[in-house]
Amino acid sequence: MAEAYAEEVHQHEEPTGFIRKYIFSLDHKVIGKQYYFLALFSVFVGMILSWLIRIHLVWPNAHIWGLDKLSSVGAPGGAMTPEYYLSLLTLHGTLMVFFVLTTAPQSGFGNYFLPIQIGAEDMAFPRLNMLSFWVTFLGLAVLVSTFFVTDGPPIAGWTSYPPLSAVGSSSGPGEGLGQDLWVISIALFCIGSLLAALNFIATTLELRARGMSLMRMPLTCWSWFITAILGLLSFAVLFAACVLLFLDRVGGTSFFIPGGLIVSGKVMNHSGGSPLLWQHLFWFFGHPEVYIAILPGMGVTSHILSCFSRKPIFGYKVMAYSIMAIGFLSFTVWGHHMFVSGMSPYTAFTFSIFTMAIGVPSAIKTFNWLGTLWGGRIRYTTPMLFAMGFVSLFVTGGLSGLFLAQPPLDVYLHATYFVIGHFHLVMGVAAIFGIFAGTYFWFPKMFGRMMSETLGKIHFWATFIGVYCIFMPMHFLGIAGNPRRYSMFTDNFLVPLMPVHKFMTIAALLTGAAQFIFLFNLFWSVFKGEKAPANPWQATSLEWSIPSPPPFDNFGGKHPVVYHDPYEYGVPGASKDFIMQDSPEIVAASGD
Amino acid sequence: MGLAMALVVAVFTVVSVYIFWARIWWFPVDISTHGAAIDHQFHLTLIICGIIFVLAQLGLAWFAWKYRDNGDTRKVTYSHGNNKLEATWTIAAAILFIGLNLMGYQSWADTHFTGAAPGALQIQVQGQQFYWYFRYPGPDGKFGPTHVEKVDDAIGNFYGLDREQDSASEDDIVTATLAVPVNRPIELILRSKDVTHSFFVRELRLKQDTVPGMEIPVHFTATEEALKHNGGRYEIACTQLCGLGHFRMRAFLQVMTEPDFEKWLHDQAAMQ
Repeated sequence: MAEAYAEEVHQHEEPTGFIRKYIFSLDHKVIGKQYYFLALFSVFVGMILSWLIRIHLVWPNAHIWGLDKLSSVGAPGGAMTPEYYLSLLTLHGTLMVFFVLTTAPQSGFGNYFLPIQIGAEDMAFPRLNMLSFWVTFLGLAVLVSTFFVTDGPPIAGWTSYPPLSAVGSSSGPGEGLGQDLWVISIALFCIGSLLAALNFIATTLELRARGMSLMRMPLTCWSWFITAILGLLSFAVLFAACVLLFLDRVGGTSFFIPGGLIVSGKVMNHSGGSPLLWQHLFWFFGHPEVYIAILPGMGVTSHILSCFSRKPIFGYKVMAYSIMAIGFLSFTVWGHHMFVSGMSPYTAFTFSIFTMAIGVPSAIKTFNWLGTLWGGRIRYTTPMLFAMGFVSLFVTGGLSGLFLAQPPLDVYLHATYFVIGHFHLVMGVAAIFGIFAGTYFWFPKMFGRMMSETLGKIHFWATFIGVYCIFMPMHFLGIAGNPRRYSMFTDNFLVPLMPVHKFMTIAALLTGAAQFIFLFNLFWSVFKGEKAPANPWQATSLEWSIPSPPPFDNFGGKHPVVYHDPYEYGVPGASKDFIMQDSPEIVAASGD
Repeated sequence: MGLAMALVVAVFTVVSVYIFWARIWWFPVDISTHGAAIDHQFHLTLIICGIIFVLAQLGLAWFAWKYRDNGDTRKVTYSHGNNKLEATWTIAAAILFIGLNLMGYQSWADTHFTGAAPGALQIQVQGQQFYWYFRYPGPDGKFGPTHVEKVDDAIGNFYGLDREQDSASEDDIVTATLAVPVNRPIELILRSKDVTHSFFVRELRLKQDTVPGMEIPVHFTATEEALKHNGGRYEIACTQLCGLGHFRMRAFLQVMTEPDFEKWLHDQAAMQ
């Protein structure tokens, strides 16, 4: 591919008014922060919901202070009803998957750092960028509004399988207006993500600085680029699915609803649709989505492991190719969510083979991360701890995928806590560790101040130990056959498992509490943190070549020129133990 | 800090392995003819994944400690990678993962590529918010047709049978318990009245969604083992979110000897 340079001047002037500077900003850095804070709000709401879920599971009659104020129907006297449990579970999943895991690593950090890392002054389409954010914001507002609907938020889970989600309020509380709003919220989110994806792809392909060939991009840029392609192809399908579901709900169509259904004693006036069609469309989005959540985390982890091991990333090209391989294969595996759905068992086996195959590039990445640590001089900063935590969690969470990928094993484990343990570790907390690593790493650049390392380390240890205590036992529950999405455990075989659930709930409460240390550190450091130099971590990529925080046009009117690979640490014979990408220094031993 | 990282990762690894090893929380007894193959495949996968898990985590722990920056003058190993190593672990991972998958092929094929044995006892299973109902064809061996407009839960007509007009429906037996004779092939035909549910019996190692608009067959044979535990009685759980009562949607599977089953069916027929 021909090399592209960013020669144009910044396409928009620096605004002076508050509204154009901080609210309807066109600056990718402000938009990146807006996305980050949107995700921060969502993750704390989502986490508090998970507390409520966990408390209800082990103390079903507990009166939770203030919950009846939020919903007097859902929690009369503060004690949650089974349907309100499902409502909160649906919102927990939807907030976390869409508004946290899809938003912070890609739209948040990607927006802020992709242009800077490739030496551009902004994203390719700043107005589109602003529109993406505000459409996403609207999506979040619509989702949050379901809290205040009379019969509560929807109860169909974040996957919203029809007919439960399609036939209206006769299938259960929350399935009226609440479910309508859910569909609108997700459709809006899809639009925001599609626009953002276009912007990321155009920016990566068109705005790279002189010398920044694709194979000189930091692995973060590779992961944002491939993630954007996944987003473009998968959110388009989910958007279509949402439109069809909405039509089934309000337009009298029957895309997902077969004939002859009797719900709550009423014969449904639909015929000819297929519930499995939704599952195919949803998971055609849903599986690439897993990688949309985790690929940027992989990029950040690679970036940070190399920086704090003070040596080049092990196998840069293989790392870039494995991101591409994961991206491609992620479109071939959606059926592994449907082994027991009634889909043809022959196709199940095909999906299974591809699913095992996607484990190969994932394993390669793990080997290369270990290879990067090997022979390094590891500096234990907080971002490094989170990056190493990412590797550990990714291995643990990824390996349980090898069980679920096999149809005969999935027949037993499907829809049990084994699945919950698997995806929370691998796409939940591993991705969150990527976000934490990115936050501690880039905070000095974004806010011009350092975060407290002491608080950061306390936060890391509490979180690292805590998440294992919450999610590892889920595998054992799954092996014992504990189904997911149960609001109470009344079956005989579930009663002996209650001590495990209690342990997990206590771990969740403590680990959640530790996140307030992070929140305090974040806001305290914005105002009171030590002033950050331009390059506090002695790192090589372009964002560290400019002041902290960067000027409005990033490079102060200059056009950076790139001479080196992104991870030139510890080069023998170099003047320092790192060579920045835009440094003209020539070192014979370097890998450029 | 490197030592702390190494210790935490190592301790977590050892504790996890111990809990798997000691089987503190584990599968329930297997009562089906096909379950042993599934359990075997699980154990094989567990061993392989367990070895990878231990090597990767302990590798991380070891490197975390060994390569910490301890202030000495050691130079880092300046390396951009090693193509031979990359090729080795790519091929090894591919063979291991795909091979593992192929080893499980037979047990999937046995249960899903072939239908029930000829002469299997057919039973219809209907999921509905939040109950399971089971229909036996009666002495004529035929299920009568169902009529949507005849469905009336209040009078117990969950399937919408017209016993007066349809001769095949006349002797159909509808129950709230799934009774099956031991050692006899059973074919369940799964359907749903309203939303998607899922039929799960842990001890049968059997799970299948019941999808509105579809009739999905599954088959199994309960072994003598079934009679040795819990009086032959096992919980049927719903494992697909189906509404507010999802958690309490359950029924029981009762495995019986052939004579007991015939008597039970006879008694049920009398109650229709």
